[in-house]
Amino acid sequence: MTEKHNQEPLIKIRGLSFARDERWIFDNIDMDMQRGKITAIMGPSGTGKTTLLRLIGGQLIPDAGTIEVDGLQVPNLGINALYSLRKRMGMLFQSGALLTDLNVFENVAFPLREHTKLPESIIHNLVLMKLQAVGLRGARELMPSELSGGMARRVALARALVFDPMMIMYDEPFTGQDPISMGVLVQLIKSINQALGLTSIIVSHDVPETASIADYIYVISNGKIVGSGTPDELNTSKSAWLQQFLNGESDGPVPFHYPAPDYVQDLLGRAK
Amino acid sequence: MIDQFQQLGHAVLKILANLGRGHIFFLRIVANIPGILLRPYLIIAQIYSVGVLSLSLIIVSGLFVGMVLGLQGYNTLVNFGATESLGAVVSLSLVRELGPVLTSLLFAGRAGSALTAEIGLMKATEQLSGMEMMAVNPLKRVVTPRLLGGMISMPLLAAIFSAVGIFGGYLVVVQLLGVDAGAYWSQMQDKTDLIDDILNGVIKSIVFGIVVTWIAVFQGYDCTPTSEGVSRATTRTVVHSSLATLALDFVLTALMFNQV
Ligand SMILES: Nc1ncnc2c1ncn2[C@@H]1O[C@H](COP(=O)(O)OP(=O)(O)O)[C@@H](O)[C@H]1O
Ligand SMILES: [Mg+2]
Repeated sequence: MTEKHNQEPLIKIRGLSFARDERWIFDNIDMDMQRGKITAIMGPSGTGKTTLLRLIGGQLIPDAGTIEVDGLQVPNLGINALYSLRKRMGMLFQSGALLTDLNVFENVAFPLREHTKLPESIIHNLVLMKLQAVGLRGARELMPSELSGGMARRVALARALVFDPMMIMYDEPFTGQDPISMGVLVQLIKSINQALGLTSIIVSHDVPETASIADYIYVISNGKIVGSGTPDELNTSKSAWLQQFLNGESDGPVPFHYPAPDYVQDLLGRAK
Repeated sequence: MIDQFQQLGHAVLKILANLGRGHIFFLRIVANIPGILLRPYLIIAQIYSVGVLSLSLIIVSGLFVGMVLGLQGYNTLVNFGATESLGAVVSLSLVRELGPVLTSLLFAGRAGSALTAEIGLMKATEQLSGMEMMAVNPLKRVVTPRLLGGMISMPLLAAIFSAVGIFGGYLVVVQLLGVDAGAYWSQMQDKTDLIDDILNGVIKSIVFGIVVTWIAVFQGYDCTPTSEGVSRATTRTVVHSSLATLALDFVLTALMFNQV
């Protein structure tokens, strides 16, 4: 890689706006995701984190702005160019999105079988190498329904790695995990990022886990970037909203109560 | 008043939009057929799960329908001393009408609803999105083989239904009620025409197969990706494809068996 290559961010988002049902999910935001680094996108549920990953993957088209991945304008790509870009992008869906009628081995082999005519022996070796990397070589015969949530995500990770992509997008990788599989996933994401020199994007609202491995964090809320920086910079930020979000306090700038009429009046039945 | 007009307009527009999406969806599948024909094992797997797994239902139903036809026909024809023509009555009813129509209705309930639920669940669990992100077109990989599997299975199932039904009629008419076996079979062969009856029946079952499977895969692909969404889509598949079968049957019958 050239020096310039190293400095240019892999993903450049400028002036991105996206609306759903006349509500702005993103309102003119800019983001950069550096090569070889772990960039985290954090924000409350329903702010559009998954939507952002779908925009980067070209599954959704923005209403305004540009999304550049490795020098390519994603929204303008034709279907063939988009598909060949996607082969270089891995994406880990929240649920793992494993194909339920195929076992673990065939799930990991799926992209190879769809896109290549490799002989069976090579597919076998490639799949076992990726499964070994996520510690599930012994689980190759299991069906997705027999896997725990954490294992399903690791299989999905092996599948995302099978084409040696330049980047991986993780959608809520830690949500709903027990502490051990959470720890396993945190370590796995970090070590894969380092060992393979991948660019990683983690979308999450699990603050401590994400902050422990992220190089840079964007916090989004209500369609805007409300904070960005390294984990240390964010921790020392003065924004009350950010502090409430990062420390998980129940009340603050984001009120605990959904807007409601006055409590006493409501109990007395006088409120409208 | 204005409100009601608005609602009516809204409902009509929604139906038109749905129809439009359904047709575009169909064209996009058709465009993918050549590519998927190169991978026949994908289609064979679907013929198995859509067709072979419906076989027992079709055979049992066909047997009973044929038996009922024989019984009812006997009760009517015995007054005229015309029980020898029962072979023709049973076979014509089955080949022209009941075979294709009942198979299509059963197929919608058994295979159509399963197709919708399967594709809907794949959508709800992000499997379809996951494929797209792996640069695999789910329309081509998932939907097209299913449509082809249904299209191929349905005429075969209808043929089996009719054949088993004729045998069921034989059991009742000949074995139970004592009509002459030779009369039953020769009347059946004599009165059933290859073009007018069998070919028309086969055309019907091909049309029903396409329509029912198309509705099923479209409802699955188009559903709201939640558990209620999938269950509503499954219901819609059965309702829409049953109605479509019966309505199309009238149209096709009018076109095919018009004596005027
Ligand atoms: N297919 C869709 N159609 C309409 N609205 C949607 C759809 N998917 C998501 N949304 C809405 O977009 C917003 C952002 O969703 P999402 O990106 O899934 O949020 P997050 O991943 O941050 O929880 C939510 O308010 C959600 O209701
Ligand atoms: Mg999400």
